[in-house]
Amino acid sequence: MSGITADDAMAEAPQERQGDSYLTAETGLASWLLTTDHKRVALLYAAALTAFFFIGGAAAVLIRLELFTPASDLVSAEGYNRLFTLHGLVMVWFFLVPAIPNTLGNFLLPLMIGARDLAFPRLNLFSWYLFMGAGLLLLAALLLGGVDTGWTFYTPFSTGYAHSNVLLAALAVVLVGFSSVATGVNMLATVHLLRAPGMGWFRLPLLVWSIYGTALVMVLATPVLAAALLLVVAERAFGLPIFDPRQGGDPLLFQHLFWFYSHPAVYIMILPAFGVVSEIVPCFARRRIFGYTFMVYAILMIALLGFLVWGHHMFVSGQSLYASLVFSFLSFVIAVPSAIKVFNWSFTLYRGQISFQAPMLYALGFIGLFTLGGLTGLVLASVPVNRHVTDTYYVVAHFHFIMVGGAVTALYGGLHFWWPKITGRMPPDGWARFAAVLMFFGFSFTFFPMFVMGFLGMPRRYASYPPEFQVWHVLASAGAVLLAAAYLLPMGYLAWSLVRGRRAGDDPWNATGLEWRTASPPPRDNFRVPPIVEEAAYLYHPRHEGPRHEEQEPHRDQGGGT
Amino acid sequence: MSGDVAAALREPWDSLRRQREAAEFGVWIFLGSEALLFAGLLLAFAVNRTLHPAGFAASGRETDIVFGTVNTLVLLTSSLAMAVGSEAARAGLRRLALRALATVLLLGLTFLVLKGFEWAKDLREQLWPGAGFRLAEPGARLFFGLYWTMTALHALHLAGGLAVVGWLSWQGWRGTRPLGSPAFQVAALYWHLVDVVWILLYPLLYLGGRA
Repeated sequence: MSGITADDAMAEAPQERQGDSYLTAETGLASWLLTTDHKRVALLYAAALTAFFFIGGAAAVLIRLELFTPASDLVSAEGYNRLFTLHGLVMVWFFLVPAIPNTLGNFLLPLMIGARDLAFPRLNLFSWYLFMGAGLLLLAALLLGGVDTGWTFYTPFSTGYAHSNVLLAALAVVLVGFSSVATGVNMLATVHLLRAPGMGWFRLPLLVWSIYGTALVMVLATPVLAAALLLVVAERAFGLPIFDPRQGGDPLLFQHLFWFYSHPAVYIMILPAFGVVSEIVPCFARRRIFGYTFMVYAILMIALLGFLVWGHHMFVSGQSLYASLVFSFLSFVIAVPSAIKVFNWSFTLYRGQISFQAPMLYALGFIGLFTLGGLTGLVLASVPVNRHVTDTYYVVAHFHFIMVGGAVTALYGGLHFWWPKITGRMPPDGWARFAAVLMFFGFSFTFFPMFVMGFLGMPRRYASYPPEFQVWHVLASAGAVLLAAAYLLPMGYLAWSLVRGRRAGDDPWNATGLEWRTASPPPRDNFRVPPIVEEAAYLYHPRHEGPRHEEQEPHRDQGGGT
Repeated sequence: MSGDVAAALREPWDSLRRQREAAEFGVWIFLGSEALLFAGLLLAFAVNRTLHPAGFAASGRETDIVFGTVNTLVLLTSSLAMAVGSEAARAGLRRLALRALATVLLLGLTFLVLKGFEWAKDLREQLWPGAGFRLAEPGARLFFGLYWTMTALHALHLAGGLAVVGWLSWQGWRGTRPLGSPAFQVAALYWHLVDVVWILLYPLLYLGGRA
């Protein structure tokens, strides 16, 4: 009932209702820096993350330039170490981990469950300041000469031998971890306690579920990383022996603690991407998501199993072979829920009424690249093959397929999908489709050759290499140019669309979901009338029929009434 | 009291009951996170204790059991005072609440002061695992590496708790924070966690090797 009133209000008001959107409700710098509006905090995060994406990306460009020739001619071996450490630190903790949860998640989570804001709005802002503080610490570490340990801070090198700013970088990572935990607590409390009337657990959109799973992992894994890095700080700064083998310590203990966080961190990066794709695919296939409940359980299963597979990073560390076999088995097991998700997206497409708008192209690209990344993960999870390809470009290719081909592609897809909601303007679809296709090919040209050269034995983390690998490196470096263009292009046309883009209606994609039942951009309090939910998610067509193929099936509003 | 409720209510909540539920839920999640932080250190302790049982037993005999035990009592009592304070605040008993919170502050400070004396004594007895470390047993250096790290991290948490309780008491005393605010229960939960961590550290650091 109330939903009808909200719809009527929207129908009456023309699109010129910018005066009271969240973007214009208050003005001035302080209204942004002191805001507790989850939508504005999301944009603050987006601005900060864009800056870090440029920094980490610049390092990647330098790496690819250096590797264009076999000799170490652009940077020294020492400088190369600092480059890839910079790239890893920035991209993992200051871009990928917060990328989707803190921007799209922050913006959409309250909207999708029909809430006015996150449960703890001031904590949300506080977590951004923690993030910025950590970011400045990291930048200080980089400006003072960088770090050369790799993003993994392995002992005893990091504690006893590295002559670089390990302490500053480790403290930055500990601090950004607190920001992660604050975000996680906030999201969990929001999903538990702020769902609109009628929004039961199994009516939640899958993006909400995936952020819920991510938040669980963030809250439970991040503190262990903090513990491990604090021990590194204690040993390096105060000489308190913990991992030092000369004093009886066990350096492998660090690896166990580190990967206990850092493997679940992979799922922190990829689970929100699953959520984004699960929103886009049904919308552009005009089809209910296939196997909603299984998708939910798959998310929770991944979040749980993610904690039990860390040892597959340590197959060659000398850990017990029996431990390796168990970790190998569990790593195969965790592929099952991931495969369920891929199959369910494919079945959602089956007999769907598919249109290839830009967000859908990104989502389809995601499915392909993620599948390849996941399958090569199985190759790596088998102990004997792992011995062969450990520390080669095969590993580099594998995790870039997941994190870049997967998470970043989904981020760009989600950005295009929700851009009209965030800004009130449509992205130019022609350019956006071009960028999506370019990203797929640029990515494939960059990273697929790495599988080949890695399998042929090219080790990672070297500035110079035998000349027989040059052809693969040249391919990768050339692909990186395309990929960089595909990443920069949307920044250009999205900025252009802010001024010249076509104005978006409330629901430009004919999508389900409460976020589309309010104005674009939404008002400060998200909904003029608090929504009441009466239907499950993704009702793109009646329950027992497929979508019609002649014309688009008018979907029923999720929060909209009767 | 309805004005009191309105003053304690914050965005985006419609009812104080729901807001309190969320605050307690949030802090429980945070405590789970904190538990895993200390769990990482406790795991490091457990691993090294298994690798060097004799060294850890010998080191456990070197820590100062008097300071440790007195501090345990001080901290447990402070938790009692904290429980009284938070429940009194919820019930609107202003004087009792403020007195109990003042007791918490006093006992927390006592703990830190005693800890400071204990650390000074440890340093005099050359229990810092650097140059001139007194013990020769293998593993003793690791024990004291963890001893200093864990007690320092615990003290840091306690200091944080003191800051929070001090701030809330100040606001409660000035009347700028209504006693119905969920913050008092939240602070109490955190304080109890700091207490629980110490209850784990006490037997590991002070009783091992003394049985």
